[in-house]
Amino acid sequence: MSEATIKADHRAIWKGADEISVLTFCLNGETFAIEAVIVQEILDLLPETSVPGSLPFVGSVINFRGKVIPLADIRVAFGMEAGNVTIDSRIIVTELDLEGQTTLVGMRTDKVFEVTSLSVSASEPPPIVGMRWRPDYIHALVKREGEFIILPNLQAIFSSQREPAVRASA
Amino acid sequence: MNNQDPIAVFKTEALEQLELIEAGLLDLTRDLEDKAQIDAVFRGLHTLKGSGSMFGFDQLAAFTHHCETAFDRVRKGEAPATTELVSAVLDAQGHMLALLQTPNGDHEAMSAKLLDNLHRAVGGSAKAAAAGIAAAAPSAAEPSAQDAGLTTWELTFNLPLNAMINGTNPLGLLNELRELGEARVEALTDAVPLLEEIDPRELHLSWRVTLKTDKPKSDIEDVFIFVMDEMMMDLKQIEAAPVAVKKAAAAQADPADAARQAPNSAADPAKAQQPADAKSQKQADNVRVPALRLDEMMDRVGELVIAQSRLSQMASSVADLGLRSVSEEIERLAGELRDTMMVLRMMPVASLFSRFRRLVHDLARETGKDIELITEGEMTEVDKTVIDRLADPLVHLVRNSIDHGLETPEDRIAVGKPPVGCVHLSAHQTGSEVVITIKDDGRGIDRARVRAKAEANGLIQPGAQLSDQELLQLIFQPGFSTAEKVTNLSGRGVGMDVVKKTIETLRGAIDIKTTPGEGSEIALRIPLTLAIIDGLLVRVGSGRYVLPLSAVEECLELSLEEDLKSRGRSFISLRDDLVPFLRLRELFRTGTQPDPFQKVVVVSTGSERVGLVVDQIIGDHQTVIKNMSKLHDHVSAFSGATILGDGNVALILDVVHLIAAGQHQEAQLRAAG
Repeated sequence: MSEATIKADHRAIWKGADEISVLTFCLNGETFAIEAVIVQEILDLLPETSVPGSLPFVGSVINFRGKVIPLADIRVAFGMEAGNVTIDSRIIVTELDLEGQTTLVGMRTDKVFEVTSLSVSASEPPPIVGMRWRPDYIHALVKREGEFIILPNLQAIFSSQREPAVRASA
Repeated sequence: MNNQDPIAVFKTEALEQLELIEAGLLDLTRDLEDKAQIDAVFRGLHTLKGSGSMFGFDQLAAFTHHCETAFDRVRKGEAPATTELVSAVLDAQGHMLALLQTPNGDHEAMSAKLLDNLHRAVGGSAKAAAAGIAAAAPSAAEPSAQDAGLTTWELTFNLPLNAMINGTNPLGLLNELRELGEARVEALTDAVPLLEEIDPRELHLSWRVTLKTDKPKSDIEDVFIFVMDEMMMDLKQIEAAPVAVKKAAAAQADPADAARQAPNSAADPAKAQQPADAKSQKQADNVRVPALRLDEMMDRVGELVIAQSRLSQMASSVADLGLRSVSEEIERLAGELRDTMMVLRMMPVASLFSRFRRLVHDLARETGKDIELITEGEMTEVDKTVIDRLADPLVHLVRNSIDHGLETPEDRIAVGKPPVGCVHLSAHQTGSEVVITIKDDGRGIDRARVRAKAEANGLIQPGAQLSDQELLQLIFQPGFSTAEKVTNLSGRGVGMDVVKKTIETLRGAIDIKTTPGEGSEIALRIPLTLAIIDGLLVRVGSGRYVLPLSAVEECLELSLEEDLKSRGRSFISLRDDLVPFLRLRELFRTGTQPDPFQKVVVVSTGSERVGLVVDQIIGDHQTVIKNMSKLHDHVSAFSGATILGDGNVALILDVVHLIAAGQHQEAQLRAAG
């Protein structure tokens, strides 16, 4: 029963299509992918302004073409260590729906790979054991060329990272 | 983009029409004989009915029709304008709004009830009028009968060229004239151009009508009521009635009087023409623009200002005179553009105040109190967003004044006040702030009861020392209400805290003054605009922050000696006053070493003064406010962010919340230490 629901869930992001187009990027050696449709722009690193008192997950803001947008670090949600800034570091600006409000959010990445398509047949639900990450943060894992691409559930990550409870533990 | 939905356009216009009707009705409550207002209300109702049925708002049209009929009778003098009628139509006006918002909803019962009221309001007089008509028929043969009083009028009129394009049918007008009596119509063709120049849609004819009628002059003018503003009309009486109706006879008994009347009536159309011209002129000059587009434009202008300050920073570091002069030119233009943009968003508070006339009218009826609303400074202009957000808090405050402040007429007489209570709503601008004041001459706020209530609710410790202002501000605490019984209007203790919250989000402040027995005065001080503020740019550690300049009182240096001395206590003495201070470096956990010469920026929040210790004061800065995303909602120390000349982001400090955060942190430190 519960397996069925998870199965239904992990395919949901394909919305019935066989393939979706995604942007793949690297965080701490893992390959992540987010839907290409929500990506606005890929930027070189910009000067950041840290916001005292905010969560480490969204600890700073940047100037994106005259707009002040938050800069999120997904690594914090997955308990990864902050990587060093390299010449490949990029910010992906995405458009997310936060509580019914379309919000531009920048995300730190170590490296951006490519826009590619992932097929639904290669996808698997997140395993119940053997993973340090919270399963609800992940839509699906997709097998490709002998490795896994992680499809994070940004909606879940952003809504849970706003709760003050997380702030206390962080 | 430009093809706006016609239904939406109709709705906006209908809303305006309803507002005008409401204003007219409220004016009528003061002066029931005001002919101009009666006409205005009738015209409004008529337009609403017409355009309503045109756009498929059938329920609205049908309902409005009844009100229009009632007013038509008043206009024609068949029924008197009574307070009951005006109130009934006011209620109906509210219902029309509902019909407009939900055209397909089920309004039958409500409509029927209101129409019933309406009929009752005109009922008595309607019957009388019907009887009058019935009586008139048999009496027609009698000597004093009206048809004996035939008057001959000569009427010349021409309609504007585009009258037919706009939907006016001259034939209809002529037919209506014919219904008034024996009419001889003559078409004047002087203005008709050559055949090849004729545009068949244009109207080149004008008419001269000789009309023999027993109807008064106003009936003839009424034929043209909907085209009056655009047309030229000359109405002359060429043959007086041999046996005129009593009133006319009395007037004409004196030939001098008649002579005086003649030039008067000749001058009339000219007089009517002028304001009408001015009115149509004004309409032509206005452009309706969705507020969203203004906001977008404001954003662009904000970006331009930022880009410009980057440019001037670059230009000043290069020894190129040409570049520098261009940069200065752009700086000036951007500044002017910004100022123009700010003016565009300004709206007079009149639009805000007008709705209170209705509210006060309704409340007066509900509470049985006699209330007079005096408004002042309606032309004071405030940013549109501010106006929109102020509406609810003001409603709460006015309701509160009426419900809790004003006494019943009996009580007022008992304490020697005039029976009519007075609510004074005024607005004026001081510096970069707008002050909106709600003043009543009621019983005032009972300080002892406020204190007792606050102690009972656990808001303050029993016997706590509070300043007068602090005590009065308690009424804005959530769940606070001194009214002993909950009324329909207020007394639930919700509302006042909403007022405070809203004013705070507008970066404003509330002042209360009250004298027992004489009334109270609540002043809302609100910054003129939300989009751009004058700020003071400071540096704390490596971060730069903006303080609203309006909150800054003075800046001074924190001497090393003071700094060392103040390890245990955080306050400095400023001209014999003790001013507590917060070290922003510690509050923001910058982890940097303090600058050798730290500065204290003294800010004031209403009654309190607090010093903020910063590392460096950079200077003043025109701050374009950008909102922070929802992800930073919980960080209350900042009210927004701005973009500096070098493209970096600086956060704008929210002084009130910053101090609260400081208190919280100190409390934690004390608990830990």
